[in-house]
Amino acid sequence: MNDMCPPPVLGAGDYKSDYKPIWCPGCGDYTVLGSLTKALAMLQRPPHEVAVVSGIGCSSRIPAYTTCYGFHGVHGRALAAATGLKVARPDLTVIVAGGDGDGYSIGGNHFLHACRRNVDLTYLVMDNHVYGMTKGQASPTTEPDWDNKLAPGGTGLRAFHPLVIALASGANFVARAFSGDPGGTAEVIAQAIRHPGFSFVEILSPCVTFRPEQRQWRNAVHRAPVAETDDPARAARRIMTDDGFNVGVLYAGSRPVYDRPRATSATLADLEQEFAL
Amino acid sequence: MNGSLPTAATPQTIEELMLQALAIEREAVARYEELADMMATHNNREVAELFRQMAGYERHHVEHILAEMGWAEDMVTPRQGGMWTTPESPEAVPIEEMHYLMQPWHALQLALAAERRAQGFFAMLAAGARSEGVRRAAEQMRDEEAEHVALVESWLGRVQRPADDWALDPDPPRYID
Repeated sequence: MNDMCPPPVLGAGDYKSDYKPIWCPGCGDYTVLGSLTKALAMLQRPPHEVAVVSGIGCSSRIPAYTTCYGFHGVHGRALAAATGLKVARPDLTVIVAGGDGDGYSIGGNHFLHACRRNVDLTYLVMDNHVYGMTKGQASPTTEPDWDNKLAPGGTGLRAFHPLVIALASGANFVARAFSGDPGGTAEVIAQAIRHPGFSFVEILSPCVTFRPEQRQWRNAVHRAPVAETDDPARAARRIMTDDGFNVGVLYAGSRPVYDRPRATSATLADLEQEFAL
Repeated sequence: MNGSLPTAATPQTIEELMLQALAIEREAVARYEELADMMATHNNREVAELFRQMAGYERHHVEHILAEMGWAEDMVTPRQGGMWTTPESPEAVPIEEMHYLMQPWHALQLALAAERRAQGFFAMLAAGARSEGVRRAAEQMRDEEAEHVALVESWLGRVQRPADDWALDPDPPRYID
């Protein structure tokens, strides 16, 4: 074997498994998968050095469609599992993926504390403002006046603002992307992975089955007119006053990353002693 | 997508132009294969087969470019940022236009629009070329896309236009209307 042989260049296809996605035709999650694999190819991170952790929901199927290590976990608990994994295996690139229901409702509390802890994770939320897998109920990001049979006249509830909440809770990197811009989304994901600490990327990903009007997002989305900032106050003002369709990196901070010194591990003999009956 | 998008990088050399063309054709192959898989998963075999055929045509384009330039199969294409003025490659069919009950007529309409966008893109590059060689090569790419447009138009003439209620599903996945 030639030791001088350079490692093979990894393409996006090297990160896609043989399992074909079963999302609805037209779902934005297809292109998010494409963007994630492109981002990993940009970084040339071998699949065995990457873990994709998810919860429950349409978008949470994503680990199975990659060749990386995958963990399709419990509803809303993806961040908890991913935090444990990253702390135990800091050498791995850990990507967490899910939807708005999984991340902001069932897992809402984990979201706050993952931002606060600032463990080096990248959290991708495919936000379609609806619970798609369970047939179209309003989610935390659903507009208050979205009229449908399950909530006639709309829920009347103020929509959750994940970007502001992430920023206020301590996320070190906050960005918004759009599934219809796969190249731009891949760039943002790659930047999020490279950025130390907890990186949060909100990806607008239309659900054409339950929210067909979201096909129009393509015409509403625009690039953020200003460069990213490391000033949380300025970022908060921008995010609070934008129209929800600004895409790009909105905040890139420099908060210290969680790096708890690891105590010396016990030996196997010590553990056996501990568990001895 | 609105806002200040980068303008398409105008290729200065034939190699730069062909790298853009290679990127566009590869994106088109990947997207058509993705659409074919998507429709096959949802048991729409006729449309899946049509997208598979389109992927095959685009693959011929990729092979033609590689052969003409003497490039290897694993020739790395540049990142798409700044190469075209739309969020996706001009020849990629937008995923959100898919419907599980779509018929060949719909698929061909989408393919036709994609081919026309690609034709327009190369026409734009030809118009902005600063050297005769680049202009001629861009015009050649434009003409090849025009052939695809004509091919898809001829297919469209052979398929039936769907009835108005083509999306009617007696057992719909959604019940919120």
